[in-house]
Amino acid sequence: MSKPRHVGAKLILLALVCYFLLPVWWLLVASTKNSHGLFSGSGALWFDGFHLFGNLGDLFTYNNGEYLRWLWNSVLYAGVGGIGCTIVSVLAGYGFAMYRFTGRNLVFAAVLGSVMVPLTALVIPTFVMMSNAGLTDTIWAVILPSLLSPFAVYLMRVYTAGSIPDELVDAARIDGAGELRIFLQVALPLMRPGVVTVMLLSVVATWNNYFLPLTMLSSSKLYPLTVGIGLWEQLAASNNGGGQSLWNLIIVGSLVSVLPLVLAFLTLQRYWQGGLTVGSLK
Amino acid sequence: MTVITAKGTPETRVPTSSRRRHFRRDQIGWLFVLPFLVVFLTFLVAPLLYAGYLSLYTKGLATGTTFAGFDNYTRAFHDPAFRHGLWLVVRFSLVVIPLQIGVALVAALLLDEITGRLASFSRLMIFLPYAVPAVIGALMWGFLYSPSFGPMEQIASLFNVQAPFLLSQGNIFYGLLNIVTWQWSGYYMIIIYAALKSIDSSLYEAARLDGANARQIALRIKVPLVTSALVLILIFSLIGTLQFFTEPQIVSPIANGSVTPEFTPNIYAFNLAFRYAQFNYASAISFSLGFVVFLAVAIFTFATRKRGGLFT
Repeated sequence: MSKPRHVGAKLILLALVCYFLLPVWWLLVASTKNSHGLFSGSGALWFDGFHLFGNLGDLFTYNNGEYLRWLWNSVLYAGVGGIGCTIVSVLAGYGFAMYRFTGRNLVFAAVLGSVMVPLTALVIPTFVMMSNAGLTDTIWAVILPSLLSPFAVYLMRVYTAGSIPDELVDAARIDGAGELRIFLQVALPLMRPGVVTVMLLSVVATWNNYFLPLTMLSSSKLYPLTVGIGLWEQLAASNNGGGQSLWNLIIVGSLVSVLPLVLAFLTLQRYWQGGLTVGSLK
Repeated sequence: MTVITAKGTPETRVPTSSRRRHFRRDQIGWLFVLPFLVVFLTFLVAPLLYAGYLSLYTKGLATGTTFAGFDNYTRAFHDPAFRHGLWLVVRFSLVVIPLQIGVALVAALLLDEITGRLASFSRLMIFLPYAVPAVIGALMWGFLYSPSFGPMEQIASLFNVQAPFLLSQGNIFYGLLNIVTWQWSGYYMIIIYAALKSIDSSLYEAARLDGANARQIALRIKVPLVTSALVLILIFSLIGTLQFFTEPQIVSPIANGSVTPEFTPNIYAFNLAFRYAQFNYASAISFSLGFVVFLAVAIFTFATRKRGGLFT
């Protein structure tokens, strides 16, 4: 199957894979070490004893199990924020693609222009607004702003326009189906790969977000994993030496925080690999 | 936008009653768009206007809140801290964007050429960093750079040399360059790859019959046909890098002071707001940064308008 002329290409590809896997490999190996192996072991890229389960046990029990609480917060924010964002964006994309309502082009131009607005520039004014409304340091301060994704709306509009034939919608209308029913029963099943893609993108964006929760939340029991691990890192770095056991927890905690999304991407690849085509084509 | 056409409204003459029915049905579109519009107005338009409003006032301990006009902006663009940060992210963008796109394009072209298990495995592995939070990506590389438990020191000692500490004052630019390239190239690769897969392969057959080799096909046919994907990536990458925050913030505790409180404009605004409670000036900094980003993207979009992309 492989032709000799592809040897060079395959070697370059392998080199790239090694580069992209290097930190992940290091993380896997380091998660199995105790702090002795981590700091004075023989090689950073190879195993030295096997303490993964001990490390996991320490991770989940440290400081009354605050890691598990952060994990749950991340799931909550990414779940509610990400899925909420998907629902809002899919509805809007469908509305923009299928109906010529008055003012549509104007509104859509505004949405498209807002893709260029750097969202982090909005974090500080949003914080002040939330603070006036008494919502800072609550889960809503993280979840509500996560519902916004102009790019997801753009993606869903393009995807809807490309995946739903006019004839099908017309036929459903002639059969007397209402507009909501057409959306739910005719259009939505056809839009599935696009919906899964947008959902993955928005869940990833919320799960990985750092700036927004860092500014909005002040009590550590509301932190998501990203902010929590950042906090541990600061603690570990500020008491040099005394914090050695915390470095172990940071490493194994990083590993655990990466797994859910990696698994989601692996199990859903059939959908998103098709769905991502859309954004690039147009 | 040239690509999107409305559906369901044929442009032929239709009886008035039917046209009215069309009109009424089309207004249902508002209901679908409404939830998004509420979010859009609350969390984009309102904060934007509010930031603009805040930035026009100053708050002094003795004087209270007073209208300052454009004083905060004059101050911002004369503030060496803001200017240094801005200059850093501009320089960083100029290097990291071509680098990321180069890596992504090479990977995508190789993956388009090769089929089989190696290719699909490589595609997933190169994409993998996208699923890793930027916080964790920065931490992992920070560890790898670390002299106390990273491999760089061990590898260098095999050759009897001292490994460079990539988070030192002089090297942190490169240290961060590597982290950002690692984090985002895979995502861009997937976008280019998807665009490559949508090219009609009969074009390649025709080129091959004309005697073109694989490299010529890649450079003369494939790359020009994915230009719109490249433009899209460039815009994303530009918006992302000018807002640089997470990676330098995360490596800062282990970088021995290389990451100053005004390292990037976003870090500066964050510290102004949450360390010194200068929300008005912080808003002016945010707004100025937003303006620079908007301007950069607008100029870039205008310059590449013939090449397609998001806003053709």
